Amino acid sequence: MRLFRHQLKSEQRLFWRSRESAVFVFLFPIMLFALLTAVYNGHIYGRPASWALLAGMIGYGAANTAFAGLAITLVSRREIGILKRIRATPLPPAAYLTAVLASIMIVFALQVTSLFALGRVLKSTPWPSHLLSLILALALGAAAFAALGLAITGFIRSLEGSSAVLNVIVLPMAFLTGSFGPTRHYPKALRAIGDVLPLKYLVDLINGIYLHGQELWDKPTAVAVLAGWGLFGMVVALRTFRWEPREG
Amino acid sequence: MSAISVRELRKAYGAHEALRGISFEINEGEVFGLLGPNGAGKTTAIEILEGYRKRDGGDVEVLGFDPERAGSAFRERIGVVLQQSQLWPNLTVAETHRMFAGYYERPRNVDQVIALVGLDEKRDARVKTLSGGQKRRLDLGVALIGDPDLVFLDEPTTGFDPAARRAAWDMIRSLRSLGKTILLTTHYLDEAEQLADRLAVLREGVIIREGTPAELTGGSSETEVRYRKDGHEVVVRTTEPTRLLQQLTAEALAEGRELEGLSVRRPTLEDVYLSLTAEHAE
Repeated sequence: MRLFRHQLKSEQRLFWRSRESAVFVFLFPIMLFALLTAVYNGHIYGRPASWALLAGMIGYGAANTAFAGLAITLVSRREIGILKRIRATPLPPAAYLTAVLASIMIVFALQVTSLFALGRVLKSTPWPSHLLSLILALALGAAAFAALGLAITGFIRSLEGSSAVLNVIVLPMAFLTGSFGPTRHYPKALRAIGDVLPLKYLVDLINGIYLHGQELWDKPTAVAVLAGWGLFGMVVALRTFRWEPREG
Repeated sequence: MSAISVRELRKAYGAHEALRGISFEINEGEVFGLLGPNGAGKTTAIEILEGYRKRDGGDVEVLGFDPERAGSAFRERIGVVLQQSQLWPNLTVAETHRMFAGYYERPRNVDQVIALVGLDEKRDARVKTLSGGQKRRLDLGVALIGDPDLVFLDEPTTGFDPAARRAAWDMIRSLRSLGKTILLTTHYLDEAEQLADRLAVLREGVIIREGTPAELTGGSSETEVRYRKDGHEVVVRTTEPTRLLQQLTAEALAEGRELEGLSVRRPTLEDVYLSLTAEHAE
């Protein structure tokens, strides 16, 4: 526990000290929300557009932070030998990884809070009402994406390619699953792709809770699909996660 | 007391046999050098001892542990400098040391370790601003922060300029004076000769010679004497250097001239090493 706390503190320092992670992981979804909400008016899903964009951007934030941000961090640490070096210390691997995951959850929680605050300031979006359901939904979503983030590190061979690969996954996924606006007028084929992606179900959950006053348990299918993706990620991660650089 | 004991250690990567049954013992407080050209199996050997790799055969005991199965108690007592590894570019030297110090039950004082590796002036500098040599010293400081009994140094000075190498050597000598056991790999002969109490020459996964640097060079009995005469370099190899020098100096004194460029040299480890590896290359 002492080791976990020590590592969590270190992880937070490392995150905020790095301009890349602070800007691209933490700030990017917030900036995107400010932009989108400035250009979209009218209503989405029967609510003011800014509410729906806020919900969508929280979903995108989960994928960007817990999946892409986590994966880039771990690939870069693996490739420059930090993970290998850490393995030679008495810090247990499980304590290390849980601290890394907890740290990314803290970042995501701050990001969600900032998004709500910014929406409030710019467009008077309401604070969420069903707080417990929202927190559970976001925790489930972030955990599932973190598991997938751990899993994908095994398939990324080099640091150079990692952010390109992850953006090629995350941006189209966000677009196809309604993070940047409703998908009901998309061609059928595109919607079919979106329907299998985990972000679709997280965005559905957030929409339901934030826009329509539902509870988490009103959408058991979405919960099950997200949990399934998370389990899948965990199984793959256990088989493919590496501590040592791919080369050398 | 042995700090490390290795018997018939074997490791293969697919069809490639990296280690073909090597054996050696390292005593407590000893600096042991594993010397060999690139691809000889040095890193494979050291990484098995550090616990990174599983062996295919043989017995290995490090500080009484089997590194393959050892956990935190083993890692409390070892310090590791990897051949290639970097640390976080955005942390300072002191923050990096503190971070690692937090992993150990009884870490050394952070400021003392920073002073020991000569980074006092860079204490609050970000790691990304350090030179290559300073980064390597940071690696060493971080390896010492847990106050290990045994330190693994995998090619600690590869890529250093001569001044940085000298500084690193001084630091490694000061580790020995702290009573640490050190296992060092290198492909620099002079480094092994300067630092190691004993060394093993590894080639293609086999130890081809083992002993103190003096024992390794002592096999050849010739001494080389060089000087200049009438602008030409004269090189003489002799088994009787005393007699030869007596002769040369007496002549020179009698003629009232200086023996210019005089040097007397025992065969270095390099000569021995090159002849050894050449023999085996055939």
